Order: sequence, then C-alpha cells, then structure tokens
Amino acid sequence: MKGFLRTFLRMITLLAAVSILSFLLLAKSPVDPLTAYVGASSTMSEEAKEEIAEYWGLNDPPLERFLTWAGNTLRGDFGTSIVYKQPVLTVIRERFQYSFVLMITAWICSGLLGFILGILAAVYQDSILDKTIKTICLIFQSAPTFWVGLLMLSIFAVNLGWFPIGLAAPMGKTAAEVTLGERVHHLILPAITLSILGIGKITLYTRQKLLEILNSEFILYARARGESTWQIVRRHGIKNIAIPAVTVQFASFSELFGGIALAESVFSYPGIGSAVTEAGLGGDVPLLLGIAIFSAVFVFAGNLTANILYGVIDPRIREGISHE
Amino acid sequence: MEERQSNPVLQVKDLSISFSMYDQGMAKHDLEVIHQLSLTVRRGEILAVAGSSGSGKSLLAHGILGILPKNAKMEGEMAFCGQKLEPSLLENLRGKEIAFIPQSVEYLDPLMKVGKQVIGRGKKSERIRRQEKMKQVFERYHLEPSAADLYPYQLSGGMARRVLIAGAVLDQPKLMIADEPTPGLQEELARETIQNFRELAEAGCGVLLITHDIDLAMELADRIAVFYGGTILEIAPVEDFSAEGANLRHPYSRAFLQALPQNEFCPIKGSQPYAGNLPKGCLFADRCPYRREGCQEEMEMRALRGGEVRCRYAE
Repeated sequence: MKGFLRTFLRMITLLAAVSILSFLLLAKSPVDPLTAYVGASSTMSEEAKEEIAEYWGLNDPPLERFLTWAGNTLRGDFGTSIVYKQPVLTVIRERFQYSFVLMITAWICSGLLGFILGILAAVYQDSILDKTIKTICLIFQSAPTFWVGLLMLSIFAVNLGWFPIGLAAPMGKTAAEVTLGERVHHLILPAITLSILGIGKITLYTRQKLLEILNSEFILYARARGESTWQIVRRHGIKNIAIPAVTVQFASFSELFGGIALAESVFSYPGIGSAVTEAGLGGDVPLLLGIAIFSAVFVFAGNLTANILYGVIDPRIREGISHE
Repeated sequence: MEERQSNPVLQVKDLSISFSMYDQGMAKHDLEVIHQLSLTVRRGEILAVAGSSGSGKSLLAHGILGILPKNAKMEGEMAFCGQKLEPSLLENLRGKEIAFIPQSVEYLDPLMKVGKQVIGRGKKSERIRRQEKMKQVFERYHLEPSAADLYPYQLSGGMARRVLIAGAVLDQPKLMIADEPTPGLQEELARETIQNFRELAEAGCGVLLITHDIDLAMELADRIAVFYGGTILEIAPVEDFSAEGANLRHPYSRAFLQALPQNEFCPIKGSQPYAGNLPKGCLFADRCPYRREGCQEEMEMRALRGGEVRCRYAE
C-alpha cells in the first residue's frame, strides 16, 4: 500500500514537471498561437488581433497563463485544438486508437523476435548465425526510422505494389465501410518500420545478458547435472534474462513514442505521431501540451508495469517489496 | 583394500588442460594449466587432491566432468569403471553415475526453487519418481520437506550444503566429485559434511575431494594427492602424512607438511610456478634442496612404497 502511494506521488510530480517544462518551452518558442489561429497572411486589422489576444489572455504574464491552463486541465478541459478545431482530448483519443494498434504490433513483434534472435545468437555464439544476427542488428540500430520507412515505401508500396503507400484505410471510403483486412493491410509497413527501430537493441541486449548468464556458476552446475544446452536455456536462461529483457522492452515505450512521430509522418498514418507533427507545424499549443502530458503518462505506465513484473519474476524482489 | 584396488571407478592418465589466449597483437598461444596429471579413484575410497587456492584444482574437476569453457582444450585419457570416457558417454553419465558437489550456493539458480533443482531435468514420470526419492534423501540429511519450496537465497549455509549433497546422491552415483565442500562452514557443520562423505564412500561410491585444506584431507581421505603447479607430485596413503611426513616420497610433500603451523612452520623458499612459465622437468626443482642434474629432464609418475611419486630420486 505504501509502495502504491509512493508510485502515485511520483507520477503526480512527474506530470507537474512535464507540464511546467513543456509550457515553458512553448512560451519561449517562436510559436504564436494568434498567428496560428488567424493565419500568417490574414487581412485582420491590428486592433482585432489585439482584441483576440486580450480575450485569450496572451498578454498576461506566463505564470498567470500557466495557472489558468493548469487549472482548466485539472478540471479535465485540455482546450481546443487549433489545427483540428476539436477538443484536444477528442483528438488524442481518436488518434491514439490508431497509434496504439501500430505501437502494440511493433512492440510485440520487435520484443518477441528480438528475444528469440538474441537467444539464438547467444547459444550459437561466434557461429555464422550469431555473426549474421549481430550484423543485421547493428545495421537496424544505425538506420534512421524515416529512412527505413521511405525505403519500405519505395520497395514494397511503389515498386512491388504489395502495400498501400499511406493512410490507415483506403481513400474514399467511410469508416463503416473499411474492413479489418484493409486496416491490417495498411498497418503492415508502418509496423515493420517501427519494429526495426526496436529489434536491434533488444536482440543485442538479450544476447549479451544470456551470454553472461551462460557463463555463471549455476549454469556450470546445471551442466554437471547432465542438462543439455537447450534444457539449460529453457530451465535457467529464459527466467534469468527475463528481468533485463522486461526492462528494455518496457523502457522502449519512450523510443516507440519518438519513432512513431517519424513513421507515421512517412506513411501519412493518422495516429498521434502525425498529430504531433501537424500540431508543431501549425503552432497548435493546446494539442502539443495535451500530447506531452499524455505521452508522459504512457511512458510512466510502461515503466510501472516493468516494476510490477520484476516482482513476479524474481522472488528476491518480491520479498524486498513486502518487507518495506 | 585388495578388493578396492581392483575396482577403479575413475582412471585419469596424462590429463592436460590448456586455454587459448590472445597476446598483444592478436598472437594466439596456449596456456597450459594442468599437465600430464594422472590419478585413480577406487571404489569406496576418498581420494583428496590437495593444493593451494588458485592453482587450477577446480579445472581438474570441471575437466573430468567435461564442463570446461569452450576455449579450453583437454588431452589425455580417462576411463570410468574400465570404460573409456568419451564425450558422448560422459554426457550420459553426468548427473547420474558421476555427481558433482560444487563449492557454494552460488551454483544454484537464484530464480528456481531448490526442490526443482535437486530433482533436475527429465520426463514428467521420471521427475515424479525423483521427487519421491528427494523426500527420502532430504530426510536423511535432516532437511525439512518444506525446504524444497525455498529459493537458494533463503537457505542458510549449512542447508545449502546439504541441499547440494542431496542433489548429488539422489541417483546413487558411482563417482562423486566434490570441490571445496567445507569452507565457510562452522566446525559442527564441517564435521557433519565429512561424516556424509564417509557414508557415501562406505556405500561403495568413489569420492574425489578437491580441497586446499590439508587438515580436512588428512582427516577425511584414504589417500591424498599433492597438487603442485598444475600436476600431481605424489599420491600417498593418508597414514604417510602423519609423523610430519617422514614416510612421504616427494621433497615437496615433506616441505609442505613442515610448513604447516602445527608442525615446524618453516616456509619453503620461492613460490609455486604458475601456468605460462613452468620450468622444464621437475616443477619443484628450483626450490628443491635435493636438486640434482637429472631434475631438468622430463619426469614420469612412478609407483613407490604403496604410493606414487613424480621424482627420480625419491626412495
């Protein structure tokens, strides 16, 4: 219970810090909400503009503006998005549905595949298989997401024509008409692109950790007890690398969020990532702030899940928590 | 004694273990840590291999078990109950006929309950049978049945030791290899462990005890092999180690005994040669007070007065 309270407190302070920092950054940035609203080439008179600025409170000192925004946010009012002309929460909810499917797919693919490849590479250390896996992972690691995305597009969508070149559904259809198959079809390329972002790191990390475990004394004992290599991996290896694997996997939430902005832009995928890009380009302050807070919660949830899973995996950690 | 001698459980002949190392500039060379080591463990006896810490004794145990690291190279011949010990045979015997008692609780998987580890691998039906056996073995070693549900970090030192022994005797092995089984144990527990080994030997098991503790070896073993610089200089019945080693064959064994606190406490000049810069011929020659011309030449193990010695001039 005490642990729960502490976690909750940590989340509150984190959110406060994220809000203050993002607000400060935006207040100091050249983004002007007024220009964003009326447009740069507006014929509106200076007086009218001044009136709007006064009405919005843009002339108030930053602290006052922050408190007004924070107060509204606490009441659940995140304001209205300038770009989408809709309440910020509605935009986030709609966009996140798309992003969530994309992220979860990529997350599971890269996690599972990375874990399996990492184990294979470690068990067959220094073999051709190991070297191949390592090389591929290093290439994936160093390839920028948007570049991989463009490459995917030009090969599989443009040249081969296997996949659509963008969006989450075929053009010219209403939401009700779109089938599940069409959605999956649109999902594949962005999901692969996003998986490639995470897979190298997870594979190399799993490989490294399993090699460490395989060199430990209890593996020597297991071998002396007559266990074969795969029995050892199954009985001792997987559980002992689970904690580092879970850590990397859940910590990758934040990278996933970063990657999604690029991947979605390349594929014009209508998720939260492309919403961020558009909000940034359109000077949409309320939406930017809303998404900043939302992503903080999301990443925090990832780390929290990892912490809870530690206790499930390792009895020593479980006991440590109950003694607190 | 006659019957024992005719029943070797383990024969090791000219065993050498070396590691491939990379020097500066990526030049590869072999570092030999055990050379031409020969020994025999007979049925129902305890043979102690005694030598200083860090001299490669554990590698001897790992070599016999076939669990050396990948970059290790092993030469020489081994036989188990008269049968040549090939890697494929060893794979079948490991954990069944040949059991291993490691040094400490560190050798148990920290995330697996000890019961599951004592039972080990196998098909489901096999594991159920072994579980029944584990209950009996636990009782014999004064372990509560509930101990099976504990994780290694929850065991006390003594319990861990008994769990490791329980794991080793579960299959009634013919050969038991124990690596430093007593350090860190209290007097009483150490005594109990010694008692356990005696019982094992009396039940017909051959025990190879690897230790740096000469007192323990003298108390427990039937024969003692003196380990020096990666090989064995002398194997002698335990009786020869009393009376300050007057009956011992090798100059090093005698000097070693005299260096003990309870004896003369007189040190041997120089230090043990380690892998990488071993002298030619007798490894002890440069510290030996009886050194002669022929000591620089290759030396074979030879039988002498009911023991074995690797010295040309021993009488």
